[in-house]
Amino acid sequence: MATLSSPVTINVPKTGGSGGDVRPPAFGGDDGRGDNSPDYSGRLRRVRLGLVIGLASVTMIFVSLTSAYVVRRGLPTLDEHNNTYVRDWIPVDLPASLLLVNTFLLLASSVTVELSRRQIKRQAALAPIRSIPGVSVGSERNFPWLGATLVLGSGFLMGQWMAWRELADRGFYMATSASSSFVYLLTATHAVHLTGGILVLLYAATVSLLHRPVEARRIVVDVTAWYWHFMLLLWLYIFGLLWFVR
Amino acid sequence: MGLVLLAVIWLITFISTYFFAAKTWWLPHGASTSTVWIDHQFAVTYVLMGIVFVAAQGALGLFVWQYRDRGSATKVTYSHGNITMEVVWTALTAVLFIGLNLMGSPIWASERFAPADPGSVPVEVTGMQFAWYFRYPGADGKYGRTDPKLMDPSAGNEAAVGLDTTDPAAKDDVVTGTMYLPVNRQVDLTLRAVDVIHSFFIPQMRFKQDTVPGLAIHMHFTPTEVGEYEIACAELCGLGHYKMHGMLHVVSQEDFDKWIAAREAEK
Amino acid sequence: MATTATIHSHAAPQRFVRKYIFSLDHKVIGLQYYFLALVAVFVGMLLSLLMRIHMIWPTAVLPLVGEIKPETYLSLLTMHGTIMVFFVLTTAPQGGFGNYFLPIQIGAPDMAFPVLNMLSFWTTFIAFITILAAFFVTGGAPLHGWTGYAPLSALPNAGPGEQLGADLWITSIAIFCVASLMGALNFITTTLDLRAKGMTMMRLPLTVWAWFITAILGLLAFGVLLSAGILLLLDRNLGTSFYVPLVVVNGQVMGHKGGSPLLWQHLFWFFGHPEVYIAILPGMGVASQLLSTFSRKPIFGYKAMVYAIMAIGFLGFMVWGHHMFMSGMSPYTAFAFSIMTMAIGVPSAIKTFNWLGTIHGGRVRFQTPMLYAIGFVSLFVSGGLSGPFLAQPVLDIPLHDTAFVVGHFHLIMGVAAIFGMFAGTYYWFPKMFGRMMNETLGRIHFFITLIGTYCIFMPMHYLGMAGQPRRYSQFTELNYLHNLIPLNTFMTYAAIITIAAQFIFVINLFWSMKKGPKASDNPWESTTLEWTTATPPPHDNFGGHTPVVHHGPYEYSVPGAAKDYIMQTDPATVPSH
Repeated sequence: MATLSSPVTINVPKTGGSGGDVRPPAFGGDDGRGDNSPDYSGRLRRVRLGLVIGLASVTMIFVSLTSAYVVRRGLPTLDEHNNTYVRDWIPVDLPASLLLVNTFLLLASSVTVELSRRQIKRQAALAPIRSIPGVSVGSERNFPWLGATLVLGSGFLMGQWMAWRELADRGFYMATSASSSFVYLLTATHAVHLTGGILVLLYAATVSLLHRPVEARRIVVDVTAWYWHFMLLLWLYIFGLLWFVR
Repeated sequence: MGLVLLAVIWLITFISTYFFAAKTWWLPHGASTSTVWIDHQFAVTYVLMGIVFVAAQGALGLFVWQYRDRGSATKVTYSHGNITMEVVWTALTAVLFIGLNLMGSPIWASERFAPADPGSVPVEVTGMQFAWYFRYPGADGKYGRTDPKLMDPSAGNEAAVGLDTTDPAAKDDVVTGTMYLPVNRQVDLTLRAVDVIHSFFIPQMRFKQDTVPGLAIHMHFTPTEVGEYEIACAELCGLGHYKMHGMLHVVSQEDFDKWIAAREAEK
Repeated sequence: MATTATIHSHAAPQRFVRKYIFSLDHKVIGLQYYFLALVAVFVGMLLSLLMRIHMIWPTAVLPLVGEIKPETYLSLLTMHGTIMVFFVLTTAPQGGFGNYFLPIQIGAPDMAFPVLNMLSFWTTFIAFITILAAFFVTGGAPLHGWTGYAPLSALPNAGPGEQLGADLWITSIAIFCVASLMGALNFITTTLDLRAKGMTMMRLPLTVWAWFITAILGLLAFGVLLSAGILLLLDRNLGTSFYVPLVVVNGQVMGHKGGSPLLWQHLFWFFGHPEVYIAILPGMGVASQLLSTFSRKPIFGYKAMVYAIMAIGFLGFMVWGHHMFMSGMSPYTAFAFSIMTMAIGVPSAIKTFNWLGTIHGGRVRFQTPMLYAIGFVSLFVSGGLSGPFLAQPVLDIPLHDTAFVVGHFHLIMGVAAIFGMFAGTYYWFPKMFGRMMNETLGRIHFFITLIGTYCIFMPMHYLGMAGQPRRYSQFTELNYLHNLIPLNTFMTYAAIITIAAQFIFVINLFWSMKKGPKASDNPWESTTLEWTTATPPPHDNFGGHTPVVHHGPYEYSVPGAAKDYIMQTDPATVPSH
């Protein structure tokens, strides 16, 4: 919420800045103000770029795990007794319905995080106008989409935990077979990354309670929302892999 | 300084090349059928690379001296490069490198793509920390059953590979700590490892293959000269890696048959 | 003044902790990385000294260290490789010089994400502490080599040092992976998004191109190593069987089944091969920069150099199998990898021709940075040309896992890449510290190191051809190795002398920081942006204004120009590129 106690500035990009060349640079560069300090739309773009680059490395982690999974599944094992090869891949009895419920929870959380992202985008856009005395933009109903995402995301994690318990009940522990090892490994690696996203959203939620500038919060929520959507796609991929390539 | 650099670079080049050309330390005398082709490919590679080495280092040494700053008289040729030269030397390099590789490919294919000939001598090589064991399947030509639970190196060769003596095919298996082969006959190797990765390396046979737990790797070579050849382990396998060695004795077919018969009799 | 969120809206920090310890300034962080690497390289050199002494005098009892047992030798070897590859070669060229000079060379006030930058250094630091801890735990440091092949690295009872020491080793590497990924993200974003006006991609100095492509390699490769390490930790501690099939160790059947040792090799080398290009590309960038500057001539074929770096980076992901020709991998796959490996020799050759072409027709100045750049080219040629031997699977049969390979990679990584770091140090020292390093000490250091390292590593090729295997703690057991001992002895003496000579460098470095003659802003008359700043550069690099770039990076000896160099920011119109 905008207050008047701290100087909030309005960014109106100057036309024809200091430097002579009016045409904005295609990549990077300053915004004509000559101090190479971008306004927050430049910063948003920069952080989004950083996220996309970072997601490439996360992708490589899962590419390598997938490759290990597919190859191991097809690999025959040496029978030590007579120098022949046998297949020893045991398809895991996945608790599919529980995992489907988890999937819907994560899907719902993607919707709520997207709504949260758009909500704070509007808030950021309106912030300068709110600070003008005498102007009213009405009061928005502020549904806590961010909080909803946190609840749904945590629900997903709890559901994954329950799925692991169910697997154990069915006799599939971490070291039971190569296939079960991969099930735990892939889902746990995803869960770790999702937890990271939850922690960042918690940070964004906390910071909002502390009345930090909405532009900074907007960048955090925006980029985390993208990350969150990637986590959903990643989960769909992992579930698909474990189900169809059993 | 330019002259000093030229001298140092050229001297290093000369000395290095000298020891390559003089073959002061070189591939050991080869005694297998693959020796001819491997050594030939090696020679072609090292002559071509040697020429490039001398040319490149020579040019480097020459240029840093020839184009040293000699004061205001020195003129610089301002240039951003030369596309034609780039294309030419890129193409030449590609032809050289890929050509060399393709030249060696038939040898690789004959060593590794084709299985052993029928009539080759079957031997199973097992590597473990820190010794090699050799198993001959005997008259029935079949390897007997082994069991990891029966493995006990302290109880002799057969126990070391975990031979299951209740299996009829195992009765005529001979397990030794030294390898004997008849000369001029291909050997059909089955390479195994029991604990960690080892590598079965016989320099004079121009033979090397990693032995991997969980794999039974088939490979072959043909010794051509009678003699004794040291076997080294060529993959780090633990604290005894440096002393995990064996000995290959290549003997006449007659002596080989006698040796096998003697081992059978001992059982 | 606008208080909108900016990278440097704050004034330079004043308190000691903020200024020197948890600094957000890329210049401070760059120096932190550099000094971490300096400590690491001395640890690594000490380990290799002990190794070489043991190889020749296996029964010697040394002061402080005592007797070196075979397993101790292997621990020294493992830690030497790991510390050198990760904490020296991946840290100083990229994290050190890259961090310090990439932003300045592109005209930016800092990296894109300064907080992330700080975190990436301190994470690297924690990784370093973790790996050093392996020396001090029960069982000591692991003995499985820097390549950590399973099952040896996966079985705690396969050797001394394979218990907690191995777990610490893996953990340290995993932490290092995270730190590197953070750094890579920063470098790439910065290069793409923070270039000053006029600094197009094709006007970037080749040092920046090298750091940029290196960061992309790291981004895509370190995640795979992280996966590999996690699988190894699981095999070791939770009884999984990713890498370990049914094995019997010391007569005891272990509880694993069905795993594949080759899986580790594939994952490790998928990372490992790009890693060696990560180690060498920054050095190539420095060599290009220095050869051009000190020959007073533009780099020969700038565009070709850029495409060559890209080609090396791209192809670098397709050749990992050449480390596995003897591994039991399919021979058909081996053939495919060998063709790709020969292909990657081509862009490397192009760069070498272009370096020679840069010197040709130039006006060479022989200050110490240039000596190292010249040395780099010589060493890269020597080390590179043993590559085509190893790239052919048939020739790999006698040469794999022999001293030939050790000579090959040491000449490139252990010497050429290090020469790149020396070159960078002597070159950028005036800008970082405002003083010049001593030329005489520099020359002495250069010649001893050049000759000394050739004496150590060139003979390894001969030893390898004669059949000397790698990672042997002594040569007493195999008869055919006995007459290789004299050459090994010569190499050990060369190593002792060369390692001792490195103290000349350290003395020069620290003494010059305090007592060296004061440097001007551009002592080398170099054209790139860091030489337009004050010395040392102020907190935001350019003192409040953003540079505008008008020229390419290597406009030396331009006909018709007033001086024999044109700064990139010089607005004078001369034939521009």
